[in-house]
Amino acid sequence: MKKNWLSYPYLVWVLLFIFLPLLLVLFYSVTTRTEDGIRFTFEHFQRFMEPIYLRVLLRSVKLALISTVICLLLGYPMAMILAGNGFKRKQIMVFLFVVPMWMNFLLRTYAWMTLLERKGLLNTFLSWLGLAPLNLLYTEEAVVLGMVYNFLPFMVLPIYSVLSKIDKSLIEAAEDLGADGVTVFRKVIFPLSLPGVLSGITMVFMPAVTTFVISRLLGGGQFTLIGNLIEQQFLLVGDWNFGSAISMVMMLVILLSIGVMSKYEKENEGSGLF
Amino acid sequence: MQQNIIHLVDISKDYNGTEALKNINLYIRKNEFVTLLGPSGCGKTTTLRIIGGFEEPTSGDLLFNGVKINDLPPYKRRVNTVFQKYALFPHLNVFENVAFGLKIKKIDKKSIAKKVRTILSMVNLAGYEQREIGSLSGGQQQRVAIARALVNEPEVLLLDEPLGALDLKLRQEMQIELKNMQQRLGITFVYVTHDQEEALSMSDTVVVMKEGTIQQIGTPIDIYNEPKNAFVADFIGESNIIDGVMLRDYLVEFAGLQFNCVDHGFAEKEPVDVVVRPEDIQVVAEEESALKGEVKTVTFKGVHYEMLVDSTTFRWKIHSTVMAPVGAKVGLKILPDAIHIMKKVATTK
Ligand SMILES: Nc1ncnc2c1ncn2[C@@H]1O[C@H](COP(=O)(O)OP(=O)(O)OP(=O)(O)O)[C@@H](O)[C@H]1O
Ligand SMILES: [Mg+2]
Repeated sequence: MKKNWLSYPYLVWVLLFIFLPLLLVLFYSVTTRTEDGIRFTFEHFQRFMEPIYLRVLLRSVKLALISTVICLLLGYPMAMILAGNGFKRKQIMVFLFVVPMWMNFLLRTYAWMTLLERKGLLNTFLSWLGLAPLNLLYTEEAVVLGMVYNFLPFMVLPIYSVLSKIDKSLIEAAEDLGADGVTVFRKVIFPLSLPGVLSGITMVFMPAVTTFVISRLLGGGQFTLIGNLIEQQFLLVGDWNFGSAISMVMMLVILLSIGVMSKYEKENEGSGLF
Repeated sequence: MQQNIIHLVDISKDYNGTEALKNINLYIRKNEFVTLLGPSGCGKTTTLRIIGGFEEPTSGDLLFNGVKINDLPPYKRRVNTVFQKYALFPHLNVFENVAFGLKIKKIDKKSIAKKVRTILSMVNLAGYEQREIGSLSGGQQQRVAIARALVNEPEVLLLDEPLGALDLKLRQEMQIELKNMQQRLGITFVYVTHDQEEALSMSDTVVVMKEGTIQQIGTPIDIYNEPKNAFVADFIGESNIIDGVMLRDYLVEFAGLQFNCVDHGFAEKEPVDVVVRPEDIQVVAEEESALKGEVKTVTFKGVHYEMLVDSTTFRWKIHSTVMAPVGAKVGLKILPDAIHIMKKVATTK
């Protein structure tokens, strides 16, 4: 059949660029190289169970969660403002919001470094006011800030797109039935925007839990995240096997979080929105 | 003496340049069944939206029990709406949709459940409580929308073509059911339709609208028998509308002939619209009438035949239970009281 034919290039692509690399990572994670060849082992996973590594995992999840929550708290109102009728030129607002995303990710994060540095813009301003300089850079807060700054658009855009698709007549119907502004939000707008919220959460949490650039630049290496750990194993230590094992663990964390999300989405499926 | 529950005083509505309503004056009495009737785009929905509070009039006042409520938000009005496009909540099931208004009023769970069940059986949807909105047919959704509004027992219920999606049989059933509920619950209905039969059979008062203006307000019988102008006559039931000249009182000329009529009070030689209902024209033998024509088409319409008959200047539409075959030359007889003379109106079109 024609249909199958058309999907072949895609299958090849999947095989070459997704399946094969994954298989390799899996292979590395459960093997080790000895003098007499390659041997099957779980030792890398056992090693990861050591407190020092588990703490890194925990910290990664914690910082990612905090960032996701902050993104949600900031992003939802922003999406509402964008989707609202307040702006005449809505397209331009959304455009302005997206433009920073075109700038290089590293560049944006470096920009924050110069702002937060001991002798950076903010501290210069503080000393100009006669205040003592603050330790801003290389803190957990700085890492969270970097994550929120970089990933906020991934929260705002899906929520915005769901909100702007909500049929205005539903809001009118709720008002007609006696709902004031708060009730309309609670009973109609928010439930209908849940799919957007869920995809926003996923889209922020995943890059936040895997990032290694933000934590290295803004955390100054003091706040090793799981992403840094993997990077180190591959680039510095050269222990590809352990690095692969950590990668597998991280994939598990992500799969788990997606699983939780999609389960939650299923429970809301009756919504008939999609 | 019944009181006016709603009074529209000189209401106009302008949507950035489109005049949707032009100086509407209308009062609605308590417990009245008022129907707004008119062709698409004449401002029916706009009128309802102003009463419901979703649109503010550009000028004029809206009075509710004598109090001006122009800018009272919808949720504070004792009015509920059945929306033209249903506007059911897709994330809630049938029960939750219908219970929406009651829950906001903080009524206890037991009576909510009871009220919802009662109203759902009234609209023939008993047993559909747990169904998702998306799984319902258009007609079922429409009935959920009716139930969702009606269950709140508002003082005024606004219905925007609430039976539009139903098939003929269900539609007729629901017409009777709605009329019954309106009388039993003592709710004032403001009903929008463009189906003239529906308007005539259900309403106490019919308001005929055209291009943002009210053409005529009256009981269904008044509107049918005494249409004020050619537009109303044409819109309410089918009509033959032909240009004529009023020669003097009780004598009119049209189709090249003179006819006796029952109208008077026009200026001499005044151009008028002459309206004759298709069922008021009798088909007779050719030599029995001065007005003659040839049958062009015959269509069976269930109870009667519809014939189009060409006379020298006009194509007549005739409804009759007896049929003349296509091509037959016939005479057309119009009695004086079947001839309705109407002043020509300057139309904006
Ligand atoms: N939000 C709006 N913005 C601009 N014009 C509008 C708006 N709503 C209605 N109109 C215009 O006002 C006029 C009246 O519209 P309205 O919806 O009241 O008609 P209607 O009688 O309900 O028609 P229908 O039978 O098709 O529902 C139309 O010309 C319409 O295009
Ligand atoms: Mg309408």
